[in-house]
Amino acid sequence: MAQKTVLRKPKGFIDVYKHKPGAEKDRTHYCPGCGHGILHKLIAEALEDYDIVEKTIVISPVGCSVFAYYYFDTGNIQVAHGRAPAVATAVSRANPDSVVISYQGDGDLAAIGGNNILQAANRGENVVVFFVNNAIYGMTGGQMAPTTLLGQKTTTTPYGRNPQTDGYPLQMCEIINQLTAPVFVTRTSLHDMPNIRKTRAAVRKGIKNAMDKKGFSFVEVLSMCPSGWKMDAVPAQEWIKENMLPRFPLGTLRDISEEAPAIERPVPVMDADEVKKILGYGAFSDSNLEKNPDAAFNKVALRVAGFGGQGIMSTGIALANVGMEYGYNVSWLPSYGPEMRGGTANCSVKIQGDTIGASECTEPNMIIAMNQPSLEKFEKILIPDGVIIYNSTLIDIEPTRRDVKVYNVPITGIADELGDTRFQSMVNVGAFAAVTGMFDPGEIQGLMSSLFAGKPESVIKLNEKAVQRGYNYVKDNFS
Amino acid sequence: MPRKLMKGNYAAVYGAILAGCKAYYGYPITPASEIAESASALFPKFGRTFVQSESEVSAINMVYGAAGCGQRVMTGSSGPGISLKQEGISYCAGSALPCVIVDIMRGGPGLGNIGPEQSDYNQVVKGGGHGNYKVVVLAPNSAQEMCDLTMLAFELADKYRNPVFVLTDGVIGQMMEAVELPEPVKELPDKSDWAVYGTADSRHLINSIYLDHDDLEWWNRELAKKYETIQKNEVRVEEYMMDDAEIVAIGYGSCSRVIRSAVDLARERGIKLGMFRPITLFPFPVKEIAKFPDRGLKGILTVEMSDGQLVDDVNLALKGKMISDLYNRMGGNVPTALEILEKISELYGV
Ligand code: SF4
Repeated sequence: MAQKTVLRKPKGFIDVYKHKPGAEKDRTHYCPGCGHGILHKLIAEALEDYDIVEKTIVISPVGCSVFAYYYFDTGNIQVAHGRAPAVATAVSRANPDSVVISYQGDGDLAAIGGNNILQAANRGENVVVFFVNNAIYGMTGGQMAPTTLLGQKTTTTPYGRNPQTDGYPLQMCEIINQLTAPVFVTRTSLHDMPNIRKTRAAVRKGIKNAMDKKGFSFVEVLSMCPSGWKMDAVPAQEWIKENMLPRFPLGTLRDISEEAPAIERPVPVMDADEVKKILGYGAFSDSNLEKNPDAAFNKVALRVAGFGGQGIMSTGIALANVGMEYGYNVSWLPSYGPEMRGGTANCSVKIQGDTIGASECTEPNMIIAMNQPSLEKFEKILIPDGVIIYNSTLIDIEPTRRDVKVYNVPITGIADELGDTRFQSMVNVGAFAAVTGMFDPGEIQGLMSSLFAGKPESVIKLNEKAVQRGYNYVKDNFS
Repeated sequence: MPRKLMKGNYAAVYGAILAGCKAYYGYPITPASEIAESASALFPKFGRTFVQSESEVSAINMVYGAAGCGQRVMTGSSGPGISLKQEGISYCAGSALPCVIVDIMRGGPGLGNIGPEQSDYNQVVKGGGHGNYKVVVLAPNSAQEMCDLTMLAFELADKYRNPVFVLTDGVIGQMMEAVELPEPVKELPDKSDWAVYGTADSRHLINSIYLDHDDLEWWNRELAKKYETIQKNEVRVEEYMMDDAEIVAIGYGSCSRVIRSAVDLARERGIKLGMFRPITLFPFPVKEIAKFPDRGLKGILTVEMSDGQLVDDVNLALKGKMISDLYNRMGGNVPTALEILEKISELYGV
């Protein structure tokens, strides 16, 4: 037999397949007659012709093409089964100037990775996907693929694919074509020369789109798997023509590449000063308010509780914020999740000079109860000599505890007088300041513009009033 | 120092921004959703990438892709989502890709509930995916540490080319505290010898396949060496009132906060309780704990919000010379300082 001469490999291929283990570093791992080799060559030639070998990144899937990285002289990333489109998404976002090729087989793309391909296509990622459809799982030894034809025998459909138990062969091009974002959706085949030529054109079109940042291109290629189909190479070509073409008609379903605008990705801001500016470092608290050494409290473990919508969380957050401005250590812990949606809400607030341990106030020294059920629930866990501030507008039954100090404040009433129930939180803050002596109402008012950053001046003014009214009510009625 | 009141979940995202994280890929799940939400608000302000992925699985695979391209990248989730990510985390470890995963633990198993728990300990600390690998696990217990340890996580991830977890519970994620925001990282490490940038010189291979058995065994031994180095160099703990302690309570995350309160209460009552808090769960403070039996302690109590997952590691470290007792709450319940004191008095008669 005459010695064959390889004139030259396309530059898209590595000259010596160095990543391939074993001695045979000059030939592929694919079976004779397999379509993968043809498609690889079409891709490698296109990379050379477009002069983009160096800026291309190939994502190798799981399946027979798991070792695609043996061959392409590009950046290579081998990935988990089905996840090539997810990985390609991040690779393309990270390197927007590169050409990202996601190469996948039918099990990988249409079965285990079905959602990944749809979502990457739907996001219009700037990626070209080569989808090799050979209607079978080659690598694992010939099991049913999502594209296996009805009646086709595989090692997991030994009686033939039965639509009543196995469903129908998935037509991925048609599915992808339902989406808005993709720019190029086509199906070609490798079963004869004219169709290989058409595949060559489709490969180039997809790669060109990625180069031009046009977005998502999907090239489905019907491909021979003589080993999986248990036949010789030539009958395998015939088999595509006779059996696959009727279910997987060839042709371009969509091509809007021309009119699609190029995708632009922003350049990340990494400069330290710029980062600080954007994060608003200048506006952060510098804790310059002086603590009141004569305050009745210097360690607060507070529960605020009531209906959702009564300003429970915002009362707690405001108090924690003010406490922070005075240089205290503060923590705020909400009851979170469905409980909040059910109507009752509570939060724990700690304000103290030393390090805060548990953030949940399981033995509070103060409670602010906005409604009756909250009062009943939380007065039970209040420590002796603790403080109850309760909303006397809505609660007409007095606390049962006699070993604690009680402040009945018409919180809702005061807020309503100011024109909006939402001022309750700041009434609470004012009342808290008066009870504890920890904060000065004037100083709290000075913090309003940062507490209500972005809110209209009128709202800020009314909230300032709410603080003063809450403060005054306690001072006038309880001192 | 300027401070800002924020939730632990937000603080982690601030930490990521400050550490030079260029991309966030994630899927919403309570009680971790604020991480994705604040990332979606913050990352675009810096021209950095935020993608709400279609699933937890794709999120971790996007992380794999970004990490392969040399970016500092993060994802966040909670128990069920972490279970789904495990395959991808194994790939990251197998391909030696640095990345940061935040896990805000909730109640399990199954759908469980969204209350705080610490029951992802085993699936995170033991490298919950397939294969021989470990991840570095940092366990913050405050909003400040959510920021600081997230920044450290990026540093360690790059230093060891390994996934790093920031593991905490719903309480720490949901809690607001004042956070002192540190200086942004000025210089990012050079990864040009392995990362793929889509350039002539970066035509590297990111891969976890070693077909040859000897090659894969070699790789596993390389990984093991790396974990040994990490074990030697990166253990971090916090101690409180340990000098004269006769009883030691061990816990991380929320539990360590409760233990601190319990220590204060105990000291008021004349009980010499001390707190030992692992900040790194892998590497676990094996050496430090192994010394406890020489201290003549009355007892060691491990406090956790899981069914003995932490105490197993404590007891492994004690090597049978002492046995740690366990006090645990589960299902979303958080132990209280009083409960801990009751348990201590019941166990050790103080
Ligand atoms: S099993 Fe089929 S697809 Fe795989 S290499 Fe062989 S012929 Fe090609």
